[in-house]
Amino acid sequence: MVQITSPAFKANAARALGDAGLQKALGKAKGAFLQRRAEAVARLPEFEQLRDIGRDIKNHTLANLDVYLEIFAANVERAGGKVHWCSTAEEAREAVLEICRKAGARTVTKGKSMISEEIAVNDHLEKHGIVPVETDLGEYIIQLRGEHPSHIIAPAFHLNREDWEADFRRLHTDLDPDRVFHERRDILAEARTKLRERFLAADVGITGANFLIAETGSSVIVTNEGNGDLTQTLPRVHIALASIEKVVPTLEDACALLRLLARSATGQDFSVYTTFSTGARRPADLDGPEEYHVVLIDNGRSNMIGSEFQEMLRCIRCAACMNHCPVYGVTGGHAYGWVYPGPMGSVLTPSLVGVDKAGHLPNASTFCGKCESVCPVKIPLPKLMRHWREREFERHLTPAAVRSNLAIWAWFAKRPGMYRAATRLAVGALSLLARGRGAFSSLPLAGGWTAGRDLPAPEGGTFMARYAQMKRRG
Amino acid sequence: MSMPRPRVALFVTCLVDLYRPSVGFAALRLLEQAGCQVDVPHTQTCCGQPAFNTGDRATARDLARAVIDAFQGFDHVVAPSGSCAGMIAHHFPSLFDDDPGYRAKAEALAGRTHELVSFLVDVMGMERVAASYGDRVTYHDSCAGLREMGVKAQPRRLLDSVQGLSLTEMADPEICCGFGGTFCVKYPDISTRMVTDKCRDIAATGAGTLLAGDMGCLLNMAGRLKREGSPVKVRHVAEVLAGMAAEVPPIGEGKGP
Repeated sequence: MVQITSPAFKANAARALGDAGLQKALGKAKGAFLQRRAEAVARLPEFEQLRDIGRDIKNHTLANLDVYLEIFAANVERAGGKVHWCSTAEEAREAVLEICRKAGARTVTKGKSMISEEIAVNDHLEKHGIVPVETDLGEYIIQLRGEHPSHIIAPAFHLNREDWEADFRRLHTDLDPDRVFHERRDILAEARTKLRERFLAADVGITGANFLIAETGSSVIVTNEGNGDLTQTLPRVHIALASIEKVVPTLEDACALLRLLARSATGQDFSVYTTFSTGARRPADLDGPEEYHVVLIDNGRSNMIGSEFQEMLRCIRCAACMNHCPVYGVTGGHAYGWVYPGPMGSVLTPSLVGVDKAGHLPNASTFCGKCESVCPVKIPLPKLMRHWREREFERHLTPAAVRSNLAIWAWFAKRPGMYRAATRLAVGALSLLARGRGAFSSLPLAGGWTAGRDLPAPEGGTFMARYAQMKRRG
Repeated sequence: MSMPRPRVALFVTCLVDLYRPSVGFAALRLLEQAGCQVDVPHTQTCCGQPAFNTGDRATARDLARAVIDAFQGFDHVVAPSGSCAGMIAHHFPSLFDDDPGYRAKAEALAGRTHELVSFLVDVMGMERVAASYGDRVTYHDSCAGLREMGVKAQPRRLLDSVQGLSLTEMADPEICCGFGGTFCVKYPDISTRMVTDKCRDIAATGAGTLLAGDMGCLLNMAGRLKREGSPVKVRHVAEVLAGMAAEVPPIGEGKGP
């Protein structure tokens, strides 16, 4: 189960800032993502237009979500699949367990899926004697380490090559001590050897879904390792886990969004594998599962429809916002304390677990606006974070010191005459204290500022006073 | 026949009022040089952004109403800050969703509010300034100025005309310096790390002076540079463009006891 450590965001962040290995990993991975996205966008002149199209497709779908979900479900059933409607994480876990039990499953392979993290399905299966095996390379090492993903498309974003090597030597007990791990390729080869056996042994394959297509009843996944295809075609049973906002009306809509997804995510024009699954294997098909299930999960999302957070449901999970976020860039994903880190997580997490627990997240942003500027479906992330701050303020969850300072400042700011007098006094006092020095290295009540930087002293006099004086002199 | 001079109201901003009056005087000088007739409405205080970003909409709305009232009747409102100008130009209207009267006023004000340097170049057509500054500088793009107000090329164009000045770009001038209003005191560890990274990029340029267009970012970066013992001087871009560098020491430098 993913423990929610979001309330300890500050402590989490402090630990992350002091973790040299993490800082090294973040520096390396981030740079590569930014450059590749910028190049991919530059190669596609209509990228900006495509963002508008993506936004509009998602807005239209969300405005008619019930209709498209029903069309999708009907088409899944028509193609011989089954849809399981689940309003909570518990229901979804149970539905998955039930399918696995009916299939007599002992092991299940899994493609990378954030919704499976959200509903904590692995723990549930293990508890009932079924072994889940993560097959995405990053997820595989995360599972070996007993961790959770720190990034929504690169689960092991926080690890360095040395970490992989150390874990393989520690946990792959049959590993030849002379094996070398100089490159990514060497790591991949080792994981592949282990995973091949698992793919063939699995009774059930569980994947996520990047999109669900209403008109065809298909689920779509994108991967770069091909693990998703082996997960969903080799076992007898395929379960696609998807939250309700993944649905789009048509194949064409999915294709428009796919053009945005890989470019925004990894800077590829297209992912290496893009796979559409429709129903179970038909008599003439050469391969494919005997059963095809879609576990359709709400888990709090329908509460966002019609609220000021509805736009968040446009998210296609590309991770561009976290890749470009200067806060994520120095804290990494684990500091955010739940499944979804970075700017998208700072809006989504309070919606799904409650702002009382996740209150730090929408506050831990400078509102620099970079996330919104790269979002492929133009989600106004800073605006939505600000809406969470409003909810916190209304519910008195904002720290008392912040509230009282704000109230004192606002009292003066609403009274220009008093404000003039108070600012003149404040500047006068600070100037006296500075005694000609240009900056303070410490100052009472300013510890938050002066812990890491000096506080420049005011130049002297307020503008308004000096301007009035100048006018009087003519 | 000459065009009538546009009537411009200067929105001083609270940080300039409190910390750096010279930036206000530099703005006055530049606006006059550009041919504007400038007023400083005396009932102005703050745009309300601290309340808005803390989630206190009621206070933000009260302060926005006061700004709207104080700045009526001008052709343009100009602020030496992309952040405060962005607050008025992009966020004021959303505060009055259930007050159509003020919503209309807020929209009208939003449409005529500008950040100083982009106003000089884009609206007044200023192409050069008559100033000199004998140093290599680097320029930080403040977030709100860049992403809300489209300030990017304009300061560089005017700086290019300053005699004796050369500009060296830092590695990523568009990445946030870690100020973020109250963010910098709510999350000092993260903020300090961000501004430390920024200062490393500044130092790597070898420039003697750091310029930017927003006092919040400037105080943050000047404070960190000072803490690190860096010799880099920090100034608001308007001071250099107005040729006022000789009249006031750099931010964070004292006049001596």
